[in-house]
Amino acid sequence: MPAIIPPDSVGLVQPELHHFDEPLTLRSGKVLPAYDLMVETYGELNEDKNNGILICHALSGDHHAAGYNSMEDSKPGWWNECIGPGKPIDTDLFYVVSINNLGGCGGSTGPCSTNPETGKYFGPDFPIVTVRDWVKSQRRLTDRLGIDKWAAVIGGSLGGMQVLRWAISYPERLNHAIAIASAPKLSAQNIAFNEVARQSITSDPNFHAGRYLEHNTSPKKGLTLARMVGHITYLSESAFRSKFGKEAEEAGTESSNFGRDLRTGELSFGFNIDFQVESYLHFQGERFSENFDANTYMLMTKALDYFDPSVDYEGDLSKAFAHSDCKFFLMSFTSDWRFPPERSRELVENLLRTNREVSYIEIEADQGHDAFLLPIPRYIDAFRNYLKKVHEELSA
Amino acid sequence: MRPDLEIIQHWIASESRVLDLGCGDGSLLQYLKQTKNVSDIGLEIDPENINECLSRGVNVIEQNIDHGLANFQSDSFDTVLLTQTLQALSNPDLLIDEMLRIGKNGIVTFPNFGNWKSRLYLLSRGRMPVSKFMPYQWYNTPNIHFCTVRDFDNLCLEKNIKVLTRTVVDNSHKGAWYINAWPNWLGEIAIYHLTRN
Repeated sequence: MPAIIPPDSVGLVQPELHHFDEPLTLRSGKVLPAYDLMVETYGELNEDKNNGILICHALSGDHHAAGYNSMEDSKPGWWNECIGPGKPIDTDLFYVVSINNLGGCGGSTGPCSTNPETGKYFGPDFPIVTVRDWVKSQRRLTDRLGIDKWAAVIGGSLGGMQVLRWAISYPERLNHAIAIASAPKLSAQNIAFNEVARQSITSDPNFHAGRYLEHNTSPKKGLTLARMVGHITYLSESAFRSKFGKEAEEAGTESSNFGRDLRTGELSFGFNIDFQVESYLHFQGERFSENFDANTYMLMTKALDYFDPSVDYEGDLSKAFAHSDCKFFLMSFTSDWRFPPERSRELVENLLRTNREVSYIEIEADQGHDAFLLPIPRYIDAFRNYLKKVHEELSA
Repeated sequence: MRPDLEIIQHWIASESRVLDLGCGDGSLLQYLKQTKNVSDIGLEIDPENINECLSRGVNVIEQNIDHGLANFQSDSFDTVLLTQTLQALSNPDLLIDEMLRIGKNGIVTFPNFGNWKSRLYLLSRGRMPVSKFMPYQWYNTPNIHFCTVRDFDNLCLEKNIKVLTRTVVDNSHKGAWYINAWPNWLGEIAIYHLTRN
């Protein structure tokens, strides 16, 4: 709970539900006849309506990216480090729009919504949505808001993939595409981890083939497991070490026990939780499973697996960007092994092949994939400098 | 503007594509963008310089040119620049090849080690030259491959590279006639405009 709202926070914010009646044909061929999108906005849209920034969320994100929904909130929105007055995505300069994607569980139409055809929860019947479908729905929101062109579309991880899709599908609707810790498509290893996550969920007896809400239950154990596996991939080995080293200053030295501190100091000689990292993971997984929907998690991992804009261009990614006239800014983090710097460099190479304007930086960071959510000085500075220039261009 | 840059800007065509290897704070690319509307990409490894490039709206890619330029397509740029960086590279000869593969022409500037001051310093003191212009000691210098104007002429000859223009200037960056008459003695900065033969 914030005792007082910090001055660099967007403060108390309320989401807004936008209803869309126009049917949305999905990439799978299925049609969503109507849908809702939950949206939060920060800052003011200027008279020219050209200072808009769209935020695309990652796997477990939602529309609540910054500030607090109530004074009782224990934590601010998921990207509070980067969005706010004077922060890189400066709400004194920009009108920031953050959206919960279709299939999400933050209030937009998804598996937890009622299927108008049956009057029951969608559950597993909610159609598989792809990055392309999300971006299509985001473009409709753009029209609704009266925004002709975003100053920038920004996202990290799966959010970065939406940014790339924007640049491919609607290049005339954005000036800058900013993709952080992202990738042109998943690796086999990435997909493997996602499949473990999905199997954890579906093998929970409470899953009921996805109809758990009708049974008034939820596959919490499975979702906890899925998140535990996922969480390991978001952190780096060194991040674990510094979290669980004997003492922070000893981490990395010989006296460190390499991030496997005992919880009590005594071995249990049983299959109990002996090490702090175990209880940490359990805590992370359980907290997540209280607040997130399992079907949404399944959908989001599929959207990740399916992302590959090169499929429409004979596997040549550079051709996908042939008409992307926006400027690109990519950032990666050295210890990220989920979407490591090589994946961003692959994007850079393909953008160069088709003569796109691109900037790219590789930030030295120990925190792994999660680094994009954290206040790492070089990251914050570069992000701020870039967006300041973006804002300067608006009045030029 | 650094005077070697003042000279080379005249060799860069309007609306052309320019790749600057080791672009520093991006001031040259920014200038070329503003005055000639070039499409720019700069490569740089120093975080502070990169930040400066981002503030200037220069396209900058964090990439160590010593690790090669394989991610760049052949003939994808009109001009590739290498200013005051040649002497700090591990494989300057290979990089020159790469420059002329990627660009239709290349511009190289470097400090001329054959200058009389360097020669005199080495001759009289028997020690590696240290000056205001080259302030490093032999053990901490980033400049690991010094060469002279004559060395570079030879490299171009060996590689069958066409020298479109060669000029030298002194430290006050004036290119008086007598400096260009004895370039390897009097030139302090050498400036080459190159293309494939």
